[in-house]
Amino acid sequence: MKNPLTMKSWSPYVVGIGIGVLSWFAFGVANNPLGISTAFEHTAALAEKAVVPQAEQTNEYFAQKAEAGKSPKIGLGWMLVAGVVVGASLSSWLSGDRSTETIPAIWRERFGVSVPLRLAAAFFAGALMMFGARLADGCTSGHGISGSLQLAVSSWVFTAVFFIAATVTALALFGRKETNYV
Amino acid sequence: MFDSPERLILGLLIGILFGVLLQKGRVAKFSVIVGQFILKDWTVVKIMGTAVVVGSVGVYALVAFGLADLHIKPFLLGGVLLGGICFGVGMAVYGYCPGTGVAACGEGKLDAMVGVLGMFAGASAFVAAYPALQPVINGLGDLGKVTFPSVTGTSPWLWIAGLVSGGIIALLLLSRRGKSTSPIFNPPPNPVSPSAPRPERGART
Repeated sequence: MKNPLTMKSWSPYVVGIGIGVLSWFAFGVANNPLGISTAFEHTAALAEKAVVPQAEQTNEYFAQKAEAGKSPKIGLGWMLVAGVVVGASLSSWLSGDRSTETIPAIWRERFGVSVPLRLAAAFFAGALMMFGARLADGCTSGHGISGSLQLAVSSWVFTAVFFIAATVTALALFGRKETNYV
Repeated sequence: MFDSPERLILGLLIGILFGVLLQKGRVAKFSVIVGQFILKDWTVVKIMGTAVVVGSVGVYALVAFGLADLHIKPFLLGGVLLGGICFGVGMAVYGYCPGTGVAACGEGKLDAMVGVLGMFAGASAFVAAYPALQPVINGLGDLGKVTFPSVTGTSPWLWIAGLVSGGIIALLLLSRRGKSTSPIFNPPPNPVSPSAPRPERGART
């Protein structure tokens, strides 16, 4: 059998089982469900404190999070995000699935080859997405996977709402074409 | 400010495994994420569905044996609903979610990297506006840290049994649509190929 790490892709079911089992370890060993977006909030909060030292007094964020025992820190969740970069780099190097593509094919067909347009859209859409994740206190991992597997009502509602919003947006922007994009 | 070194290393290890899985699952790709939302490529639903089914069995078993605690996020109606809309719109334009965007940086994609800077900007805006946002987040009500079993007063295993059977039924329906190759061991490298039959609609588990 071929070395799995040099394969470009695995079955989505194998990947799903892998993430499910990884969740067992995240809960059982690390006592910290898989999640990405909290680390971004903590980094932003630490940066705000570094740039505006009086923010710790003026912004009630810091007092409230300290009271809840959730003060921003460089913690396990932060290293998890760093690990995702390392893991995805390793995986793509081993399989030769590196991509320097800046404008995805679906995007190019709809919005053309302008690099600044794609990068500006990625910046603002990334900002809106993360802002939404923090409003809801979770993203695809924290709510969509970790929360849903705990049968949390908040997580199932968030996942349904974001799937509907994303589907409506994507269909409005890109349509449902028959073209082969990949 | 910092967790213990052991926890930092543990986080890094979990992250590396998560990153490998996301990359091998092809979800660090714009075409797969947006392909899901234009209902042409069901990879995202397959991965999330399987992860939730497998994860729920193990995590609730660990909880039953006292080996893990649940971490339920509160159902703040305003935050969850408005957050979900912002998140979905942003994800469809960016073409990655936070985790897969970070993974796509590892693959070397420039648009993903710029989007990660945007995510940082979005998180900064959230922290800076945190006091002003409280009425929005809490305004429509707080239903607390509720789960389907806790709301209905039923056993979680009832719900997990439902999830597992739903997953198996979805898998049977998908495999009956009949690609000649096994969906488990021989994944098609390109599920959106023009000759392939259209992916099943409504295959959400």
